[in-house]
Formats: sequence, structure tokens, C-alpha cells
Amino acid sequence: MPESTRVTRVTNAADAVPGERHPGEFVRRTEVFSADDLRRAHTRIAHEIIERNHGGGDLVLVGLHTRGPAIARRLAAAIESFEGVSVPVGTLDVAFYRDDIGLRAVQPLGPTEIPVDIGGQMVVLVDDVLFTGRTIRAALDALTALGRARAVQLAVLVDRGHRELPIRADFVGKNLPTRQAEDVRVRLHETDDVTDDVIELWGPAEPGPSGSGGHE
Amino acid sequence: MRHLLSIDDLDRTGLEQLLDLSERFIEVTHRDIPKVPALRGKTVVSLFYEDSTRTRLSFETAAKRLSADTMTFTVGSSSVKKGESLRDTVQTIEAMGIDAVVVRHGSAGAPKRISEWIDAAIVNAGDGCHEHPTQALLDVLTLRRRRPSGLDGCRIAIVGDVRHSRVARSDVLAFSALGAEVTLVAPPTLLPESLEGWPVSVCYDLDEVLPNIDVLYLLRIQLERQHEALFPSLREYTSRYGLTAARAARLPADALVMHPGPMNRGVEISAEVADGPVSLIAEQVANGVAVRMAVLYTLLGSGGPVA
Repeated sequence: MPESTRVTRVTNAADAVPGERHPGEFVRRTEVFSADDLRRAHTRIAHEIIERNHGGGDLVLVGLHTRGPAIARRLAAAIESFEGVSVPVGTLDVAFYRDDIGLRAVQPLGPTEIPVDIGGQMVVLVDDVLFTGRTIRAALDALTALGRARAVQLAVLVDRGHRELPIRADFVGKNLPTRQAEDVRVRLHETDDVTDDVIELWGPAEPGPSGSGGHE
Repeated sequence: MRHLLSIDDLDRTGLEQLLDLSERFIEVTHRDIPKVPALRGKTVVSLFYEDSTRTRLSFETAAKRLSADTMTFTVGSSSVKKGESLRDTVQTIEAMGIDAVVVRHGSAGAPKRISEWIDAAIVNAGDGCHEHPTQALLDVLTLRRRRPSGLDGCRIAIVGDVRHSRVARSDVLAFSALGAEVTLVAPPTLLPESLEGWPVSVCYDLDEVLPNIDVLYLLRIQLERQHEALFPSLREYTSRYGLTAARAARLPADALVMHPGPMNRGVEISAEVADGPVSLIAEQVANGVAVRMAVLYTLLGSGGPVA
């Protein structure tokens, strides 16, 4: 998945070279979300999901690997805390449904485990960053193979633009204008080796004027 | 990984990556719709110069569950009967536009030769007395699923006609690559002439090793080799090397029994043991499809090297 893989690749702290795509030095431009911001964003998205769906009755939260499952569990915990309903949480791997198989090394990132039959349910797909939309396209196909949901909604922490397909999110933590060459790096304590959650915007170091004014 | 010709093509990391990928495909095969679109538009040919049911069906099922198209070539109904050479046959098939060839051939090294002649990915599905890598992969997958701690230090005895067994050769490589200790158990006539370089120990007496192993891997006695007089009689073989119920009772309590199939019930394994709780034989077959999905996906879909 372009969104997550790009982030995953730099998860190993020493690997400050986001690789083949962007030769040259990468520098941190801005902090998008601090741990506190992120906690508030989760709470807000959880409320929006419940409001839009008039309660949590037939909801199923399905997180896309690698960070979607952790985010989905946080949303479910938040919903339980203020609404008192326990929303089932599943995980979905979309590797075998991607459209770039054979163009690069597409490997599954985790198991697909959805504890309930999604037939007739309201499924909310959960991911960290929405970028080209291709991961979500694959997720919709993967989901369809598992059953016929009543409807599917999408929740993401960051929508960074640059869509390549007609896909939009229903619940967004933050709309973040980015450039194609930049990276949105998400670090969660469940999935990454950090104690404090953080989301940052990184980009290639540029000698001249960057045009975006994003430097700190 | 361009081809899968031998377990030797994989190091420990490569093996473990294939096994991890197989776990994902096991999950796919358990779904209501056990099919993913990963290899849409790819064509997989099975080219079988020797009889096979489970291996060929397993590969074809694997290809179909990945949404690849399959073609089957069996020698019995082909131009090979008219004297067409192996090279002409595979080049003809390649001209039809294919992506992978699954080859079984009576001669060791045939899959490797084919890989030199054509561009498609080649999977060795058994070549003479040489190797049968996907059998070894499904064997280690089956064992690893039963032993969450892995195969390190696992004591495995491979019993039977090691000399003529491509399964034994691939299994020895795979088991030992993952850290298992392998003992070959057979009469001297059924062992290879030289075991130089094999990471194994040897014992001629099954009863001696029985209490000290974790896994008993029984090979098929190849009845078609009976005329070679490698052992006096089937009854004699069974009495010394067959896994009877009495012998099975002397295995450690948590020991497991495996067999690549097809079984000669009552010869190398008694029906009672084969169908009993210590037997992994049915699991081996079930895992075969997932392992072959992982191999085909890695060769045709991953777009990068495994190891």
C-alpha cells in the first residue's frame, strides 16, 4: 500500500533514507499531530462515526494493515467509553487485491481476521493515511470477497491528497496539503518503536527556496 | 527467486518468508470464497512426464485460487508419443504465451534444463531421484504449525527408501536449514551410496531411534522397485521398518507421524496409525495448496526476490 508501505519503510529509525523513491536527504518539515492531538482526533472521529450511523448497532471497524488495526481498536475503545457499545474490530490485508502486483514486491502485511460476518453490517474501513486511494480500492475488493456489507465508510487520520481514483474519506483527522515527493510518517506506540504517538511531514532537503514554506 | 528448482535455492530467511506467506494463503483457503485475484492474466502450465494426482491437482488448485489460468499437459495424450523432444515440447508450450511451468520428470535435472531453454518461471514438481521442493515446503509448514517454537532442535527420523526418494532429499535440506536434527533410518541397500555432505546421522534400526524422536517421517516404499531386490520381501520390510500400532505406542507421547503419500497401508504404515491422532498426513495435503500458492505468487507476483 503506497501510503503505509512508504511509512513502514522508514520505521526503522536508522533508516533515514526513504529509499529508492526520493534520493537525497529527507528532513522533518512539520509535526502534523502530537500525541495529544492524535488522542483528540480519535475521540472526534469516534463521535462522528456514532453520530453518522445513529449509534453503534451494526457497526464493524476494519483496520487496514499495518496501522489501521491499532487505530480501529482505539476508535472502538473510545466508542465503548462514551456510547457503552462494544463494536467488533477486524483486520484486513489487501496485498492479493492490489493493482501493482508484479510491478513491485507486494507482500502481505498481516492476517485478515474479522470476528463477525460482515453481511448486512455497516463496515468502517480504518487506515492511517489516505493518499492515492489505491489501497482503499483493493480493500473494497477484499471486503467484497468476504461478504456483502450494507455500506462501507472510510476513516483516516490524515488525508494528504493526490488521489488517483474517485475515492474519498467519510471521517478525516486532518486534511494535509502535501507534495508528491513528501512523506507523511505515522508512529503509533502499538505498531512502532515509540512511546509517544506522532505524525510528521517529511520531505527532501532542498538547497533553494522550497516553495511550500514548510520548513520549521 | 526466478525458479524453484531445489530447496538449496532458498536460505533460511527465504524459507521462512515462503512459510509466512503460506500462512496468509492458508487463511485465504479457509474463506467462503477461497480465491484472490492476485495472478489474474497469468498462465500456469503443468507439464507432467510422470504420474501424479495430488501434486498436479494441488498445483492446479493453487493456481486457480490465485486467479491464474491453468493448462495441463500429460504425456499420455501428447505429441511426446509421436517422438517430440523435451526441448521442442516446452518451446511449443512457451510460444502459446505462458508465465510458469510446473514440471515433473523422471530425469534428475530436467526442470533445470528447461529453465535454461525458456523464459517462464519453472517449478520443480519432482525430478527423478533428485528433489521435490514443494513437498518439503509443505512438510516444514505442517510441522511448524504444530510446533510454534519452530524446528530448532526438533529430532526427525526419515524412514524408508531414502536412496530413490526425491522427497527425502528435499526434506533433509529443508528440515536441517530450519535447525532440525535429521536421522535417516533404512537398511543399507535403501540408503544413498554416499552421504558425504548430508547434514544427517544414520541408523539401521528403527526400534532403536523410536523412543528418542519428535517426528517420524515415513517414505513410500516404491513397489515398482521391488524387482531390484533391495530388501527380501515386503513382509520383511514391514517387520523391521514399518510403523505398526505396536511401534507407534513406543513413540514419545507428543511425537508426530508424517508421510508424503501415496501410502502403502500395511507396508510402511499401518492404517490404524495413518488415520490416528498422531498422524499429520491429512494436514500435509491440505497445506500443500497454500504452499504452492505461496510459491506461484512469489515467482509470478511479488516482483522481487524472496531471499
